[in-house]
Amino acid sequence: MAGLIEVLDGGLGVTLQDGGRPGYRRYGIALSGALDPVWLACANALVGNPPGAAALELRLSGPRLRVASGRVRVALAGAADIAVSGRPTFSPWQSLTLEEGEELRVGTVRGGIAYLAVAGGIDTPPLLGSRATHLRAGLGGVAGRALAAGDRLPVGEGEIEGGERRQSAFAHEDGPIRLLPGPQDDHFTPPARRALVEQAFAVSRDADRMGLRLEGPPLAHEDRFGDEIPASRRAAPRDAGAPSGGSEATRAWGSFVSDGVAPGALQVPPDGQPILLLADCQTVGGYPKIATAIRADLPRLAHLLPGARLRFAYVGREEAAAALRAQQARLAAWIEGIAPCVPAGGVDEAALYSANLISGALYSEEP
Amino acid sequence: MIENQIPRLLPLGDAAWTVEFGEAIDPALHARVMGFARALERAALPAVIESVPTFRSCTVHFDPLAENADALGARLLEIAASAPAAALAGRRWRIPVLFGGAAGPDLAALAQHAGLSEAAVVARLTAAPFRVYMLGFMPGFPYMGGLPAELAMPRLATPRLSVPARSLAVTGELCAIYPVASPGGWRLLGRTPLELFDPADAAAPALFAPGDEVMWQAIDAAEFARLEREPIDRARFLVAPEAPWPA
Repeated sequence: MAGLIEVLDGGLGVTLQDGGRPGYRRYGIALSGALDPVWLACANALVGNPPGAAALELRLSGPRLRVASGRVRVALAGAADIAVSGRPTFSPWQSLTLEEGEELRVGTVRGGIAYLAVAGGIDTPPLLGSRATHLRAGLGGVAGRALAAGDRLPVGEGEIEGGERRQSAFAHEDGPIRLLPGPQDDHFTPPARRALVEQAFAVSRDADRMGLRLEGPPLAHEDRFGDEIPASRRAAPRDAGAPSGGSEATRAWGSFVSDGVAPGALQVPPDGQPILLLADCQTVGGYPKIATAIRADLPRLAHLLPGARLRFAYVGREEAAAALRAQQARLAAWIEGIAPCVPAGGVDEAALYSANLISGALYSEEP
Repeated sequence: MIENQIPRLLPLGDAAWTVEFGEAIDPALHARVMGFARALERAALPAVIESVPTFRSCTVHFDPLAENADALGARLLEIAASAPAAALAGRRWRIPVLFGGAAGPDLAALAQHAGLSEAAVVARLTAAPFRVYMLGFMPGFPYMGGLPAELAMPRLATPRLSVPARSLAVTGELCAIYPVASPGGWRLLGRTPLELFDPADAAAPALFAPGDEVMWQAIDAAEFARLEREPIDRARFLVAPEAPWPA
């Protein structure tokens, strides 16, 4: 352990996250991990970490932390006010090295999500190969729950010599959230499939790391069994995850025998209001899924707060693959562009570095 | 005919395929799912991250940057077409359960619903093995089939706010054990002294896996208390693949 951080105030909605916990979904254990893995990678890169190192995911308000031992280098990807006792203002998207005893306070998070990374990563014991927190199951992270006052976060060995580094904010693409139809688009009426991309949806207050319940035009299921829609099925069940089972589930209108789900899937309960699943979603689900958001657009979903409006667009598989490759390339270029901070009144080294980058001379692969 | 239905490849976004064998809850259908899951494991396709067998399909999560999705999909269909069904795809367990009383507060209501005595319900529950179709809803929650139709009962209209951990529960024709305390609407018939979920065990965080078979063994309160106190050697509750189920 290279350092230790003491939590003075856990903030609101702060969890430890990393690249997620793949490999255990057949045991009902969710993938979890950062809702925006691109910004997680940005925060990590600013402090010299690999992209999926464990960091704090901030949703509502940030924590107050004290360096209990060692020196700790931090960086925030996102928009929030950051204060360090007795120092000038500190901005996001740049690294800062804290001395033992110093306090860091992150205020209200603007824009839905931010990541606070520390050089060396937060080194709590991994569970099933990951430090990600799954709140609903109480697994991973710090005792399976959100950060709280009194928690102590061990910090791994990281590179904290050398100057501080910075980069401009990483901006995600805008435009509609791109969808591939399926896996159960054929369970829905043609007007429902059109309404999904022709009309806008709003994020309801039912929004957490498991998913976003959306409000918009009701998406009607095909009447697959020729039954009347029972009145009891028109009301939305509050707990979309309640186990469905037995022969009743095979026949119920708008419901069917559970199958696999994934983050990005748009599952539609009988009331026709879709739920957009996120990283902490269950591994299987009993509602048909009209479409699934492409991987490249999942990070953007993390930034949607209740009340936000969103639009969808269908794309093909080629476009989805190209979007993901383009996103990886943009992230790699952004990381390449990380530059030393300008000392007050000194030479703007960052400008020189980026000028050199453009010419390709400084970081050329050629001998 | 379930056995003859051609597997379908369904897109679950750009990073997962669902290979679907049918739409029902049925042991023969599930045997095909498990046969596919087993063949997929043997194929060890490098782009595949993990697979999730369910009642009627297997979802294959993959890295879309590592392989062309259409090529992988075609390969999955080939495997699905050639994989033999796996009637017994997992291990066999004989798991002690304390039925009724405080451990199974819905046993009396279910017996009344079925027009049977509580003892007759327990006799039916312990007469034949249950098949683990899939795990989901929460970590380690096993959806098991094999409940006699005469014991079918719908979920509670109002779910309980907290079902005690290790409760044996039924609804419709399914049976399960709640691995940890949680809200739930299934009918509670008993409780096992065994821990079914241990996230510290990376090799098998859940005791049961899809394809396993489970036979319940009725025990009394004294035995329950004794087993609950003991450190449990899971292997003790395994039944050898070829052995007959103990009486």
